[in-house]
Amino acid sequence: MKVGPHFRTALEALQLNLVRSMLTTLGVIIGVASLIVMVSIGAGAQSAIDKQIAALGSNMLQIQSGPGNMGGGRRDQVGSVQMLSDRDIRALRDQVPSIVAISGQINTTAPLVYGNANWTGRVEGVGAEYLEIRDWPIAAGRGLEPGDMTVGAKVAIVGQTVVRELFEGADPVGAELRIRNVPFTVVGVLEAKGQTGFGRDQDDVVLVPLAAARARLGARARSAPDAVGQIYVELGSSRDMLRAAEDIEAVLRARRQLSATDEAPFSIRNTAELIRTRTEAQATMAFLLGATSIISLIVGGIGIMNIMLVSVTERTREIGLRMAVGARKRDILIQFLIETVTLCVIGGLIGVAVGVGGSYLIAGFAEWPILLRADTVVLGITASVVVGVVFGLLPSRRAASLNPIDALRHE
Amino acid sequence: MSGQPLVACEGVTKLYRMGAHEVAAVRDVTLTIGAGEYVAVMGPSGSGKSTFMNLVGALDVPTVGTISIAGRALNELDGDALASLRNRTIGFVFQQFNLLSRTSALGNVMLPLDYSGLTRAEAEVRARATLVRVGLGERMSHGPSELSGGQQQRVAIARAIVNEPQILLADEPTGALDSATSEEIMTLFRELNRGGITVILITHEPDVAAHARRQIRFKDGRVVSDTGGA
Ligand SMILES: Nc1ncnc2c1ncn2[C@@H]1O[C@H](COP(=O)(O)OP(=O)(O)O)[C@@H](O)[C@H]1O
Ligand SMILES: [Mg+2]
Repeated sequence: MKVGPHFRTALEALQLNLVRSMLTTLGVIIGVASLIVMVSIGAGAQSAIDKQIAALGSNMLQIQSGPGNMGGGRRDQVGSVQMLSDRDIRALRDQVPSIVAISGQINTTAPLVYGNANWTGRVEGVGAEYLEIRDWPIAAGRGLEPGDMTVGAKVAIVGQTVVRELFEGADPVGAELRIRNVPFTVVGVLEAKGQTGFGRDQDDVVLVPLAAARARLGARARSAPDAVGQIYVELGSSRDMLRAAEDIEAVLRARRQLSATDEAPFSIRNTAELIRTRTEAQATMAFLLGATSIISLIVGGIGIMNIMLVSVTERTREIGLRMAVGARKRDILIQFLIETVTLCVIGGLIGVAVGVGGSYLIAGFAEWPILLRADTVVLGITASVVVGVVFGLLPSRRAASLNPIDALRHE
Repeated sequence: MSGQPLVACEGVTKLYRMGAHEVAAVRDVTLTIGAGEYVAVMGPSGSGKSTFMNLVGALDVPTVGTISIAGRALNELDGDALASLRNRTIGFVFQQFNLLSRTSALGNVMLPLDYSGLTRAEAEVRARATLVRVGLGERMSHGPSELSGGQQQRVAIARAIVNEPQILLADEPTGALDSATSEEIMTLFRELNRGGITVILITHEPDVAAHARRQIRFKDGRVVSDTGGA
């Protein structure tokens, strides 16, 4: 069986009805385009969350002051007794054996000055184990050590963005960095970590000891001198995650004399939870994606089937003639199938172009993370081929089942 | 010539159901046609000539009886074998030409070769040669609408013979043509017959029939006279 002549015949037939053919493929165009846009959005969101999980580390827990919802306004309502504190950290270290490292953290934003250069950046007061928990290597100098955790130690570690903005080629290690006008000595430089999945620059940071942050930068809650904003915990293995989260919650509740039903004034975020969120988001996305594109592809397929049935009727005499000069049923079947698939693939290619363009437009305007992958394009074209075969079958079989003399006599 | 006839009809009847009753378009026809014959099929309108021709051309199947072409009983052949027979052994010329209107003369003549397993280049060479043979060497790339009736029928004849069939069937091939053009077409059929192809053609016109060496006359679906054969 040679496909060449059938393909040529199909193209000729489509050319003869160019406008009709194009209108017919509209459904497939929309279907494939929406498929591509949706898959690209889905893949983009997925990769953003993947990046976020990678940034946090897979065996890390984050405990946040305030209830589950992390709206900034609610934190002020949390009373001093309920704030997370250094005492909580000591209790957790003693009572939860799967914890291998733990660190409190307080954040502030402060003006940074080195020589004549200045910059406003994020300053984090952290414990000695913080970098280990975040799995964040040092590029130069040293990290924070237990000895730095005294009120007098005014040392700082700087992120790559701060290095770039302030030091302009000078070696930051040993330099004096003024943070909110307090001189700190830079002892180390962090390696680049890049953006979080949601676009925050993680390298725009200065790490200082927790004690120094409280004493020198005023970064503390008014009512509790040892309060922290959040606690970072590293576990021995990621498999302990859920168990450890329960243990931590139990310890923190017990310290606050809360029953199991009281709302906790803190929330535990772990990467398992993020992964679960991701799975849910993905499922929703997949459903929307599936529904939209399957519906348009089915509608498009039915349109194409319809137009091919019309075409078979219009060309009944041609079919009879082809049979009279030697076409087998199979030849007619394949001719019409190829014609339908060609129509769909043309629609599919236009759909791919529209989808790719649409994805970039959305990426540009909505500033959503979009990930356009080659296999998405392949998927779009495959979908159009499948639509062609499925919806071409009925018209093609109808054409092939014609009897030559009846077809020739058809008016 | 071999002992076997090229076309053999044995008690062939074709019934059409018309509402409640049945009409016999062809009744109990038994005849043979040998290789190389030139046969005119005649008879009044509605006498069953076209029905007979379609049966011989393997486009239709008899209700009763058997037809053999080149020694092969059609009722024993499957769809693919019948398609191959129509492709290689039989050429059919229709009264209304039946050309693909938006395809060039050359494309129309190449049509049977799409189903013959030839490469496009081989098919084109053969189709061109055949168009030259029917006297249409000039206007091969023109579509049917740019050709006269006689030229269109030449294209149809070229299409019928492009695969060098043994039998050429023509159903009133000059019915839509003026008399001068008819004469040219009949000359072409005679030349083809001289070249060895068996020609069976339906005609109303006695002078057209006079070209043939044998005349078979139909009336009410039966053969009422046959000037030759078995
Ligand atoms: N498809 C058909 N359905 C019903 N009757 C038909 C059909 N084809 C032909 N007939 C009838 O069979 C008879 C023979 O027709 P046909 O073979 O076309 O005659 P001719 O070609 O000699 O004019 C006519 O009475 C015609 O009405
Ligand atoms: Mg007739």
